[in-house]
Amino acid sequence: MNLSKAKFWGYKRENGRIGVRNHVIILPVDDLANAASEAVANNIKGAMALPHPYGRLQFGADLDLHFRTLIGTGSNPNVAAVVVIGIEEEWTKKVVDGIARTGKPVCGFGIEQHGDHDTIMRASQAAKQYMQWASELQREERPLKELWVSTKCGESDTTSGCGANPTVGNAFDKMYPHKVTLCFGETTEITGGEHLVAARCRTPKIKKEFMAMFDRYQEVIERHKTSDLMDSQPTKGNILGGLTTIEEKALGNIQKIGRKCLVDGVIDKAEEPRGPGLWFMDSSSAAAEMVTLLAAAGFVVHLFPTGQGNVIGNPILPVIKLSANPRTVRTMSEHIDVDVSGLLRREMTPDEAGDALLDCMFRTCNGRLTAAEALGHREFVLTRLYESA
Amino acid sequence: MIHFVVHDEHDSVGVVVVEGVKSGQQLTGWIMDQDKEIKVRAQSEIPIGHKLAIQKLAANDTVIKYGTDIGRTVAPIKVGEHAHVHNIKTKRW
Repeated sequence: MNLSKAKFWGYKRENGRIGVRNHVIILPVDDLANAASEAVANNIKGAMALPHPYGRLQFGADLDLHFRTLIGTGSNPNVAAVVVIGIEEEWTKKVVDGIARTGKPVCGFGIEQHGDHDTIMRASQAAKQYMQWASELQREERPLKELWVSTKCGESDTTSGCGANPTVGNAFDKMYPHKVTLCFGETTEITGGEHLVAARCRTPKIKKEFMAMFDRYQEVIERHKTSDLMDSQPTKGNILGGLTTIEEKALGNIQKIGRKCLVDGVIDKAEEPRGPGLWFMDSSSAAAEMVTLLAAAGFVVHLFPTGQGNVIGNPILPVIKLSANPRTVRTMSEHIDVDVSGLLRREMTPDEAGDALLDCMFRTCNGRLTAAEALGHREFVLTRLYESA
Repeated sequence: MIHFVVHDEHDSVGVVVVEGVKSGQQLTGWIMDQDKEIKVRAQSEIPIGHKLAIQKLAANDTVIKYGTDIGRTVAPIKVGEHAHVHNIKTKRW
């Protein structure tokens, strides 16, 4: 597929970023605001609440990550407008102010001294206005370079490394020369292939930063492990699918960055990339956690290869699933957007598989619902660094 | 028909990509990087996605896949035998 003139239909936001969805979200700052947020989303059709279990008594780097993730989620260009609800006025305002830097409509409500009823009424009035305003926004044709595409795989098996992951790699290699902003991560899931990623870093400085992130995460594993992590990394599902060691899983995992792309920089969890190219995000390898962090970093479409059949979605980031495992494609067909099992029968070339994925990606960007969106998968999972105070 | 795939011709294992492989079955493998075919007789039932040895491995040998170290054997593995957690372990963690 020649991408030199490739375009997609997106929503241009106030800050110039392009979204491929047009969500109005009701964003709780903390667990206590979930009920009010869900009530508002129930009142106003089309608005979407993002309930989660955290946001109280967090501190330090863990609190910074909480705010960065919430502000990043609201700032994502797939979101047209945001209603923020928190128990306290001040932390609510902090999230509102962070999202307001994008220029998009956002307002916040603190529950204390008002109660749920009054808060729900006022927040519903705001959500209704946002929803009607957003419903009139139109898509426009935009060049490929304005697209931000992320990847992360899940419930991998050996077919992931032979088929689905190299398909993402093929698509990444084709998009990379066109200045698309790309991202991968899963820090522990590079164990055994870290030398291969290090060799792909564009400069010695980036290589050093990547290895520092890799080594830090290894120390976390060494500090807390009670075994060789069998059943956690690789997971029970990975092992059932034939993956034996973390090294084998990692070598399959890194097929997703193709054979030509260079790593242009590293970012922290939920941190926005600073330019086009391929970025490494220091992150958990748990699917919903990482996809939530990628959405908060500003990515607008996600390529998700699976072997045994992970069913994850995300509320604001369309998650496109592909699989090369013929059994998974047969038994879990409702979850699979792109079937690349022909690769393992030599009925499909890697180039054809990459093109099929890109074709699905453009259709998804232009408005086609992914399997996960149609099935209502909206896993919004915040990463915690340590206990609350 | 392809029964298993191998990433690189120097690998010690291949991946079964069809369902229902039985002990004694003659299998055709495709070495992807070099685009070659090889034949191996299965020595055990091997589920789809699981590995078979395509080289004879002694205990404590390094297992190669993708042309890279993926762990060590904890028991000898014959050509055509199922290679998984019962005879291979990580060298990390």
